[in-house]
Amino acid sequence: MPNEGVRDVHAHRMSRRKMMKGVAAVLGALALPAKDAPASVWDAFFQKNFRELSKPELEKVLARLEKEYGDRYKRPVKVKATPPIEGILYGYGLDLSRCIGCRRCAYGCIQENNQSRDPQIQWIQVLQLDKERGVDLEHAELYYNPAKVPEKGHFYMPVQCQQCESPPCVKVCPVQATWKERDGITVVDYNWCIGCRYCMAACPYGARHFNWKKPGLPAAELVTETHYLGNRPRPVGVVEKCTFCIQRVRNVPGRYTACVEVCPVGARKFGNLLDPEGEIRYLIENKRVFILKEDLNTRPKFYYFYAT
Amino acid sequence: MKWNRSQPGFVPGVAALVLCLFAGFAAAAPLQDKGKAAKPHAANAPEKQFAVPTPPFTPGIFPCTECHKEMKPNPTRREMKDEHTNIVLNHAQGQRWCLDCHDIANRDKLRLASGERVSFDESYRLCGQCHGDKYRDWRAGVHGKRTGMWNGEKQYLLCVHCHDPHDPGYKPLQPMPPPARPETIK
Repeated sequence: MPNEGVRDVHAHRMSRRKMMKGVAAVLGALALPAKDAPASVWDAFFQKNFRELSKPELEKVLARLEKEYGDRYKRPVKVKATPPIEGILYGYGLDLSRCIGCRRCAYGCIQENNQSRDPQIQWIQVLQLDKERGVDLEHAELYYNPAKVPEKGHFYMPVQCQQCESPPCVKVCPVQATWKERDGITVVDYNWCIGCRYCMAACPYGARHFNWKKPGLPAAELVTETHYLGNRPRPVGVVEKCTFCIQRVRNVPGRYTACVEVCPVGARKFGNLLDPEGEIRYLIENKRVFILKEDLNTRPKFYYFYAT
Repeated sequence: MKWNRSQPGFVPGVAALVLCLFAGFAAAAPLQDKGKAAKPHAANAPEKQFAVPTPPFTPGIFPCTECHKEMKPNPTRREMKDEHTNIVLNHAQGQRWCLDCHDIANRDKLRLASGERVSFDESYRLCGQCHGDKYRDWRAGVHGKRTGMWNGEKQYLLCVHCHDPHDPGYKPLQPMPPPARPETIK
């Protein structure tokens, strides 16, 4: 038969389909933990999304993380998963007529939330703006560094996660690794995040940050009271953001956030939006208030105000 | 009394107190006043004591009577030449002097315009005589700094913890270093 030889040639050549299958299989195998990996690595590999964990499963996960961090940092680390307090919706106020731009908040946050020191990640970014222009983000300066602040003719606007009621970052996550909790805090499951950074592109406030490298966090500076959805040490390749210090504020009684505690001028206010007697409601009802990029309809729960 | 809003019974307590105050007017007051009285804002609550840290005295200066008990009070308005020369009044200077705020008979106390003596822990009442709007905001927790528990016991700072009463403008600070520029991150 005249075609026989041709067919033989094809039989020995690898088809495109076969080759792609092979590549996929090899890549898939590479993504798996090594054959001699300890059991905890397999546990982490098969861990479910935080919201699907049953109580005993969650406890196992927390214990595994505590052991892992304890081994890595040679200090006892507590990882909690305190649920939201019922009837609470967290709100934040920032008094722009008080803020002097000293950046104490940004560094207080790094300390409390175990952010990477090197490479540097800062959840709070303080913008210097011109009084003449007002809140004009096109002309904001992030890298100001005079001997003393405030500088004449300027005001300062710290920007961090605005804890939106309709968060665009949550909508775009392809794996539902980030969501808004019942108390209004948008959180990330660092073990579920695939690092695609869609949420960073979607956030109009630049509030999400990516761990390009393994976070550089000295063991001596580690804050050991942590929350699964908050300040526990992050792996490389995941996104992180402000959680209103979830490890502090979800307790009864719960401490103020680190940025509120450290602010030397008392410009930062924190409380329950649903408490009509609270300071957040007082400032919304009595002061000039605005929310950042209101036109995007993200409905932040972070209220900038002018007390005078 | 420590002010603890999360304590059960606080809100009804305040409401009851305000209702009592209004009870005096009850005979004359029209009904709509009742609704107003039942929902007072914390800032409008009657005068109460706040738990505050120790006032920031210059070390070794308090109690003032330590020195002043031996001295005869001199009520004449004058410049301090021998003592307290480090105090330069930059706070409505020219309109007042030491004994408008410090009590002449008891140097460990402050003096309100009414003549009432208040301790240094309650100096916010003295400041509030002129700065009523700030005082109102401070009581509501919006002016000034609070630390502690957001839903529990709080610490209030006094006005004088941030504002030197003799020179109250907030002093500029050295900022913390700016963030690393993206191009410098390796």
